[in-house]
Amino acid sequence: MTSSTVIAGAAVAAAPGRPRRRRRRGSFTGLWFVLPATLVIGVFTLIPVGYGLLLSFTEYSPLSRSGPEFVGLENYAGLLHDPQFRQSIGVTVRYTAQVLPLLVVLALALAVLANKPFRGVGLLRAGLYLPHIVSLTAVSMIWLWLYSRDGLVNEALDLLGLGSQRWLYEPDTALNAVSVMRIWKALGSNMVLLLAGLQAIPQHLYEAARCDGASAWQQFRYVTLPGLRTMLVYVVTMDVIYLSQSFAEIFVLTQGGPLGATTTANFLIYEEAFQANQMGGASAMAFVLFALIAGFSFVSIRAMAGRNR
Amino acid sequence: MTASTSARPGVARAPSPRGRPRRRRRLAVGARRPGSVVVLVIATLLVLGPFLWMVSLAFTPEADAFGSASLVPADPTLDNFLRAWSGGALGRAFLNSLLVTTVAVITNCVFATAAGYAFSMLPFRGSSVLFYTLIATVAVPVSVTLIPLFLMAKTFPLAGGNDLAGVGGTGLLDTLGGVVLPYIILPMNIFLAKQFFDAFDKDMAEAARIDGASELRIFVQVYLPLARPLVAVVAIFSFTGVWDDFLWPLVVTSSQDMQTVQLALTRFLGSGNVQYGALMAASVLVTLPVLAVFLFNQRHFISGLADGSVKG
Repeated sequence: MTSSTVIAGAAVAAAPGRPRRRRRRGSFTGLWFVLPATLVIGVFTLIPVGYGLLLSFTEYSPLSRSGPEFVGLENYAGLLHDPQFRQSIGVTVRYTAQVLPLLVVLALALAVLANKPFRGVGLLRAGLYLPHIVSLTAVSMIWLWLYSRDGLVNEALDLLGLGSQRWLYEPDTALNAVSVMRIWKALGSNMVLLLAGLQAIPQHLYEAARCDGASAWQQFRYVTLPGLRTMLVYVVTMDVIYLSQSFAEIFVLTQGGPLGATTTANFLIYEEAFQANQMGGASAMAFVLFALIAGFSFVSIRAMAGRNR
Repeated sequence: MTASTSARPGVARAPSPRGRPRRRRRLAVGARRPGSVVVLVIATLLVLGPFLWMVSLAFTPEADAFGSASLVPADPTLDNFLRAWSGGALGRAFLNSLLVTTVAVITNCVFATAAGYAFSMLPFRGSSVLFYTLIATVAVPVSVTLIPLFLMAKTFPLAGGNDLAGVGGTGLLDTLGGVVLPYIILPMNIFLAKQFFDAFDKDMAEAARIDGASELRIFVQVYLPLARPLVAVVAIFSFTGVWDDFLWPLVVTSSQDMQTVQLALTRFLGSGNVQYGALMAASVLVTLPVLAVFLFNQRHFISGLADGSVKG
């Protein structure tokens, strides 16, 4: 799903106003075309959202004979004092907050470098993009080996005389180790999007800036950054949406350990629902996470797109 | 990866601001800034490194997996691949993934494309509200729909021993039908299709209508043949998205027979004693189909990306 949103997002960012047409004939023919898709999305996405909201006000274990038992806001109230949930939100926020800036800045730097035409640049772009094509599971497997006791990371540190670490097994280093992997994985797709954004900036703006005596930094600051704003908003928002829902890499690399140091909210929801069979409580967690993600997306879009309008 | 060719007919592409760059110029510009090229090369090597080691390890005998920091295995073997395929029951997982992705690709190519076409070319009262409602579902976190979808699969009427009310059996749990449910329509594909048809000429439809063609016929015989790049992009994204997904198959399947390839990978993790050789061989095998899809369709993929950005 990641890749499809990448492309569509490029288009989202680029289509501010859509033409509105009124058609006189065939007024409802279109409905037949959209009916199958509407039914499927209605049944498998919209109804589940409503069902999940109802579940979040109940206590329910699929193992019990009885159905969901209505408990009102009890699940939500319980979450306020649930140290595990608070820790998982903390982990999710920290993970997102430490991956995002590094990811975007590095991707932007690479995009600016790769925007210069020279022989072989296409090959370098393709190489940087490769981790995006490989599934998160397979990528996590590679890093599991890299981080292992005798893996490449420790071998390299040994060579430098720095001593090896149990990267994924220490509470202090586990989340950072996962973060490094995630930055590595997402760098190429971020770069390609920003590259597309860079190439959409009209070249004559740079020429005008140079005529006015703008330095390279001033050109970047006053031409490149404003020109990239829509794409940056899109990239940051999508990154936050994906990062805050991390699951596969946590499942493979750490299983949420050690001591919950890498238990993201999504991982806790999975454990709560499918291992502890507490589906009501897990649904409440999911909706709190939903609210946080939606809130952040709204704020980031407002903050980055709202200016200079 | 250069975004040069537009594979879309009818899409008005803004000309590249610099015009078509000439190779000689390119080299000259790059040569003037050797620093940036060096940085880029180092970054690419850092990114490619782990893959090279993955491939290398897949051909290295298990006994030599550690301590050999050389990229080229001294004693290359296919043993890991054999163990991954048979011992890990990867064959069955490949078949499962292939069936699920095939269904998802077909349904998305047919229904998501048709919906996008109608939202663009046959707007009706309330169509834009409906469109944005469908697209907004992209923002719903997986964890929100995960539990309800699981319960819905479990209580699917008349499946897996269930009665008409969905009680009594296991429903669609641990079946490939259950795995495929959330993938039947990926809403982003509807969005892609609408964007694509928005750039199309509407006159052909008018002409066909005057000739008395039905709307379905206009879509299938006039526009669909021109929309092959769109269908290709929808197919690629449906394929990779479904092939790579992890959480839903993890939740809905329980037996090894119903696992998809991504789940099958985790079988090699074991407890404490990970077989890295077989694991890397399996990772290589699982990656190959997606890599092939991208390599064969690179042109469509890149032009889709370029068109999206050029419109801004």
